[in-house]
Amino acid sequence: MADSPVVTVHDRPNSYIGRSVPRPNVQRLLHGRGTFTDDIKLPRMVHAAYLRSPFAHADIKSINVDAAKAAPGVVGVFTGKEIAELCEPWVGVLSHLEGMRSPPQYPMAIDRARWQGEPVVAVVAETRAQAEDAVELVDVDWAELPAACDMSAALDADAPVIHEEYGNNLCWERIVDEGDVDAAFDQAAVVVEDEFTFGRHTGVTLEPRSIISSWDPSEEELTVYMSTQGPHMLQAIFAKHFGLDEHRVRVICKDVGGAFGIKVHTYGDEIATAALTMLLKRPVKFIPDRMESFTADIHARHHTIKARMAVAGDGKILAIDFDDLTGIGPYSMYPRSSGIEINQVLNLTGGPYTIENYRARGRVVFQNKPLMCQYRAVGHPIATAMQEALVDHAAQALGMDVVEIRARNLVPDDAYPTKSITGMPFDKLSHHAAKDKLLGMVDYAGLRADQETARESGIYRGIGFACMIEVTSPSPMFYGVGGAPISAQDGVTLRLDAKGNLIVASGVTEQGQGAEAVLSQVAATAVGVTPDKIKIITGDTEITPYGGGTWASRGTGIAGEAAAQAGHALRDQILEVAGIMLQSEPRKLDIRDNAVVDADTGNERISLAEVGRVVYYRADTMPKDYQSELIATRHHVPKKFPFAFTNGIHCSHVEVDVDTGMVKLLNYWVVEDCGTVINPLLVEEQVRGGVIQGIGGALYEECLYSDEGQLLNGNLADYLVPMAAEMPDIEVGHVTSPNSDSELGAKGAGEGGTGGAPAAILNAVNDALLPLGARLTVNPMTPERVLRALGKTE
Amino acid sequence: MKPAPFNYAKPSSVDEAIALLGGDATLLAGGQSLVATLNMRLSAPELLVDINGIEELSGISVDGGTVRIGALTRHRELERSEVIAAQAPLIAEAVPLIAHPAIRNRGTIGGSIAFADPAAELPACLLALDGTVEIAGSGGRRKVSAGEFFRGVYDTALEDGEMITAIEVPAAAGNQRFAVEEVARRHGDYGMAGVMASVTLNGATVEAARLVYLAAGGTPMLAEGAGAALAGNAIDEASIGAAQSALKDDLDPFDDMNSTAATKLHLARVMTERALKRIAGA
Repeated sequence: MADSPVVTVHDRPNSYIGRSVPRPNVQRLLHGRGTFTDDIKLPRMVHAAYLRSPFAHADIKSINVDAAKAAPGVVGVFTGKEIAELCEPWVGVLSHLEGMRSPPQYPMAIDRARWQGEPVVAVVAETRAQAEDAVELVDVDWAELPAACDMSAALDADAPVIHEEYGNNLCWERIVDEGDVDAAFDQAAVVVEDEFTFGRHTGVTLEPRSIISSWDPSEEELTVYMSTQGPHMLQAIFAKHFGLDEHRVRVICKDVGGAFGIKVHTYGDEIATAALTMLLKRPVKFIPDRMESFTADIHARHHTIKARMAVAGDGKILAIDFDDLTGIGPYSMYPRSSGIEINQVLNLTGGPYTIENYRARGRVVFQNKPLMCQYRAVGHPIATAMQEALVDHAAQALGMDVVEIRARNLVPDDAYPTKSITGMPFDKLSHHAAKDKLLGMVDYAGLRADQETARESGIYRGIGFACMIEVTSPSPMFYGVGGAPISAQDGVTLRLDAKGNLIVASGVTEQGQGAEAVLSQVAATAVGVTPDKIKIITGDTEITPYGGGTWASRGTGIAGEAAAQAGHALRDQILEVAGIMLQSEPRKLDIRDNAVVDADTGNERISLAEVGRVVYYRADTMPKDYQSELIATRHHVPKKFPFAFTNGIHCSHVEVDVDTGMVKLLNYWVVEDCGTVINPLLVEEQVRGGVIQGIGGALYEECLYSDEGQLLNGNLADYLVPMAAEMPDIEVGHVTSPNSDSELGAKGAGEGGTGGAPAAILNAVNDALLPLGARLTVNPMTPERVLRALGKTE
Repeated sequence: MKPAPFNYAKPSSVDEAIALLGGDATLLAGGQSLVATLNMRLSAPELLVDINGIEELSGISVDGGTVRIGALTRHRELERSEVIAAQAPLIAEAVPLIAHPAIRNRGTIGGSIAFADPAAELPACLLALDGTVEIAGSGGRRKVSAGEFFRGVYDTALEDGEMITAIEVPAAAGNQRFAVEEVARRHGDYGMAGVMASVTLNGATVEAARLVYLAAGGTPMLAEGAGAALAGNAIDEASIGAAQSALKDDLDPFDDMNSTAATKLHLARVMTERALKRIAGA
């Protein structure tokens, strides 16, 4: 043992890897001691409210703010033109999405508003209520313009052109053509074809976006408290667009009440709020209310796809061919762009299967609706639902079992490393092992027998499967390569304090998913302390290492690995100084349960508290030529692969009331391979929460618009989020294929649930309706759409 | 999402409340609809008259064959009331379908009846039970039958300066059967369709049937044709089919975000069959 020192976190005797350790922040949050942006009150703070465009497309002829300025409590009223004078506009394109175009966007509309909800005038007052009162007094002379709302018609010759300089409403087009698709379709035994529609929806965070900006003119420093997923990204954006030095911008992110990708973009109302503090030299708080959130937060998912699949007589998938159109609002979102979702659809479709011929066109169009951008499981639900619905359709056409056709096409588990037809490199996936594991959890034969019996009494149950891949832990190939100030690396600093406690600081953020728990577990394991000795610091650009933040399921795979490496470095530092104190070779020592021990016997030699005391207070007792260090920072960035792909398989069991069109979710199973599982409870809850958001897309959530571009259901009574009463039990199993790009071996697990659920539920509903000859290819599957598919309503 | 400024008064008697109702005043009872509209600035009254301090408006009592429910009675009290369970079982069955417990803790029957949302459960119950609404105004009190009370979407027989003081419904008779069937997108949502059925039987034969539908027109909709189709017949496939057919003329649903008028009519027919079969089987 003494000759074979601990080399990885997995060999550690006091390991917290793979254990469901309680989250370090859970007590604080459950006691109501969380600090969300709205809990923060700064001296002399004032409140902003925005007048928003009531029209989807309209010219602003004039704005009269006199009455608003004179209203009680008002300290300032500013138009888009005044805000623009302080702030450089931004352009939401990525250079690697070749040909993408989007015009400069300002924080607020200046001469023309391009979606209902675009901010137009900022009113700042002593209270939010006073600001809202004064907003009502702003007089805007509008000239409504014809709007391009329907994305399917946005490219028509007679569609209103939103940006005249472009001549039409096309933002970006990408075509993929691999293999010989036409020949494959010619050879096919069966060709199945479907037209899919995925409804536009949004990510409803319990805590809305929120910001307090505070400008200190004496040092020209901007401090921003905000609910965000990427503090360093926002720091770079505030600095760039206000012409500030980056080290003069501090972004602080305390507790975040859900984010789901909504809080990782550049919102005009947030940038304008930073301008307001510079204009007024007082801290300004802005928190959109729920109605504003519905028209100002990013939306996602709206796609229409015409797709077909060629299949041989033995069930082998020969080719996929599809044409996808998505509407993104009047601008591409900055800095991630609004092209990534369709890009993911083009990259990921068919990913679980061996496919040699592939053709796809993706078109992104401008329209007069809120901006669309990245929301949890970006592109995955669309790619997976299209692919899996086509697979089921093909199985039905061939008379083949839906599990059998998948087994015949899934990439073999021993084929890795390999690449998909679209060039996505896969490190190690486990589709067959995951399928086998799932079939061990699901009594498939029993469900089929029950289905038969139930049909005899007019009860229609269905079973749906979905195989999928998930993009996690992206390298700079995702955003950095396209020129965005988005770091793919992340850092972790570990410091031992004078009482032997461990202070952990990281560039990732905690928005409820457990990033801090993972950092704590990995750091505790790598150093040799118990989790109660650890304090985690995240969400402050001034005191944490530089990093990208928390999105794209990257916290565990990237910051977790940085924590492991920083832990090794700190452990070496501790053992070095302890070796001097104990006159022992460091390699004969180990750290376990907050003490330096004999590696061989485990007997305690000196506590970490004593090491800290001597190092910090009694350095005089140490050799004069020796300087101890008890702090280490390590960074990690994925290098071997552009993404740490994971895989999973879902199974949904539903009952469809064929008279009302209501879908009841009976059971749900998921097997997920996210590499090394750090905290099984957190992974499973991530999967469950993800599945529930996927259920939202499959059955409930849709932003409904009038023909004129007015949001019809911008409140929580009419916009239906999934609620507990309708949710099934969700059983989760794991297969573990470690990430070979890191010592920890972890990949992400945050989005697979959302990516797979719409596909599994769509297939389950169609399986239930199969004997009735009905088939749905739309999300959400509302009762009316089900009834229409059944021919029971017009 | 802050309301426009308003004044606030909290009277302790009906007369005081009535006196305050002149001008641009709105009654605040449970606030479950009103507060949302205030916060969304869909309404901005000058004065809110909070009637939560008026004791005489609360409580459930039975007098002879009549169940009297004070206007301030919370949905939660209806849900838990043994009197309601025994004497007005239709209401007992409908109340759990109203939103969620937190809302039922605050929402009142008077508020629901006065708001007159055509998709709400209690207005439909009141009409199905052929109840009456007791109204107080500066000229004293009057009673209006449910059939007269509901006039259109959010429109009732309440005049300016008046308020509801109580609801009265006849106590259930031994030969009456009741059923509530509703379909909503999620538990607690307003129904896409629903029926409150009150059927008086003579043995197996329907003596009279009051089928009232929610979300099927501008008011709770009493299906007279369907009731006539059932009267004098046993509840069987034929009479159910006749009742379903009659709904085309009885109901006047309109499109909303969740479904078209055609879908609502279809769903109303499905609810009809389910309610009647349940009554026939009981």
